[in-house]
Amino acid sequence: MLQMTKLKKSFGNNEVLKGVNLKIEAGSVLVIIGPSGSGKTTLLRCMNLLEQPTEGTLQLLHYTLDFTGNKKPDKQTVLDIRKNTGMVFQSYNLFPHRTVLENIMEGPVIVQKKRVAEAKARAQQLLAKVGLADKADAYPHQLSGGQQQRVGIARAVAMEPKLLLFDEPTSALDPELVGEVLKVMRELASEGMTMAVVTHEMKFAYEVADKVIFMDNGVVVEEGTPQQVLQNPTNERTKAFLSRIEEQ
Amino acid sequence: MSDQTIRLWDIFIDSFLPLLKAGVLYTIPLSLISFVLGCIVALLTALARLSENKILSSVARFYVWLIRGTPLLVQLYIIFYGLPRVGLIIDPFPAAIIGFTLNVGAYNSEIVRAAILSISKGQWEAGFSLGMTKLQTLRRIVLPQATRVAVPPLSNSFISLVKDTSLAFAITVTEMFQKANQLTAYYYEPLLLYSEAALIYLIFSTVLSQLQAKLERRFDRFTAR
Repeated sequence: MLQMTKLKKSFGNNEVLKGVNLKIEAGSVLVIIGPSGSGKTTLLRCMNLLEQPTEGTLQLLHYTLDFTGNKKPDKQTVLDIRKNTGMVFQSYNLFPHRTVLENIMEGPVIVQKKRVAEAKARAQQLLAKVGLADKADAYPHQLSGGQQQRVGIARAVAMEPKLLLFDEPTSALDPELVGEVLKVMRELASEGMTMAVVTHEMKFAYEVADKVIFMDNGVVVEEGTPQQVLQNPTNERTKAFLSRIEEQ
Repeated sequence: MSDQTIRLWDIFIDSFLPLLKAGVLYTIPLSLISFVLGCIVALLTALARLSENKILSSVARFYVWLIRGTPLLVQLYIIFYGLPRVGLIIDPFPAAIIGFTLNVGAYNSEIVRAAILSISKGQWEAGFSLGMTKLQTLRRIVLPQATRVAVPPLSNSFISLVKDTSLAFAITVTEMFQKANQLTAYYYEPLLLYSEAALIYLIFSTVLSQLQAKLERRFDRFTAR
C-alpha cells in the first residue's frame, strides 16, 4: 500500500525527518508513537503530501514519487493521492458553515462529482454508522468534541480512501469522550481499512495495531508488533518514553 | 409661526424631492456600482497579494500603496481633468465610477486579505485532504467563512463610500451634494439646505446599517456564541 525509502523533510534548516524507511501493508493498522517534536505528525502529513518531503521516495497506490533534490510531484498526482487518502485531524477541522451532512457530502459531491442524492444517502449511512444519525442537520459548533471528531471520521471515510490517516484524533478531547472515537476507529480497523494513526492511546495501539513504530528526533527508533515495541522494547529511548507515559 | 419660519419650511419641502432625486439617481447608483466593482477588484487584488507569484503580489502591493497614499479628490481630478491630456476623455459619471471603484477596491482588498488570513490553516488542509484544488477550497470552504468576517468592515467601507460620492460634485456629477450647492445658490439658505442634504445621507447610512445587521444575523446560524 505504502512504502517510504530514506524519506527526509526539512523546514528551512530544520530537518524534521532524517531518513525514514517504512512500509504499510494493505488492510493493516500502523500506529506511530513518540514524544512531541519527534516528527510523527510530519511523517503522517507526508503520506498525503500536506507536507512535501525534501528527499527520498514514496510509493503509494500505483505512484512512485521521487523527491531526490527536493523534486516536486505534479499537481494532478498530488490531487490523486489526496483523493485516495483520508485524514482525520486533531482539531477536527470540520467546515463550520456547513451542516454535519453537508460536511460529509462535500468531498463526494465536489471532488468525486457524485450525484447529490447518492452522496446524501451515503452520508446518512455513515452518520448512522458513527452513531450520529440524529445530528445530520446540526452545525459543528452544536456538537461535542467527540461528536465532531466522529463526523470528521465520517467525512474522511465518505471518500472511500485506500488509506486513512489519523493525526492525534483524541488528543483534543475530554477524557470521557475519547472512548466513543476510539470505538469508531476500532470498527474501521476490523473492517479491513488501512490506517496510519499517530496517537498516545497505548491501549488502543496495543489492541488494534498490526505494527507500532516509535519515533524520536526524526528517525524510526524501534518498530515491530505492539507486543515487541510496547512490552519488550529494546531501545533505551523507547523504554524511557513508555515509562513516562505510564506515569501519567 | 413667523413668515421666516414658513419660508424656510417651504424651501425645505420644495428642496426635499430634488435632493432625494439626486440621491436616488446619482449617489446610490454611484455607490452601488462602485462598491460591487470595487469588491471584485478587491478580491482579485487580495488573491494576487496572497499568491506565491512574486510579480502578481508586487503589482497588487503597488496598486494599494498608490491609491491609499493619494487623496481621492486628486484621483478623481486626474481621471476626469488629467486623462483628456493624453486623449482619454471620459464622461463625468463613468469617470466617477472608475475613480471610486479603484479607491474602494484598494481599501477593500486589505479587508478581504485580512478576512482570508483569519481562516485557520486547518480549513485549507481539510479541503486539500479531501482532494480539493486550491480554487475549490477557496471558493467552497474559505471564502464563505471569510465573508462572514468581512461583513462588518465592508459595511463600514460602503457607508464611507456613500458619503465620499459627494466628491463627485468636483467632476461635475450632479449627485446630491452638487444639487444642494445649486439649491443654495438659488435660495441662499446654506445652513438649511446643507443640513437637509446631511439628513438624507444620514437616512441612507441608517438603512445600510440595518441591512448590515440583517446580513450578520443570517450568517450567525453557523457561528458559535
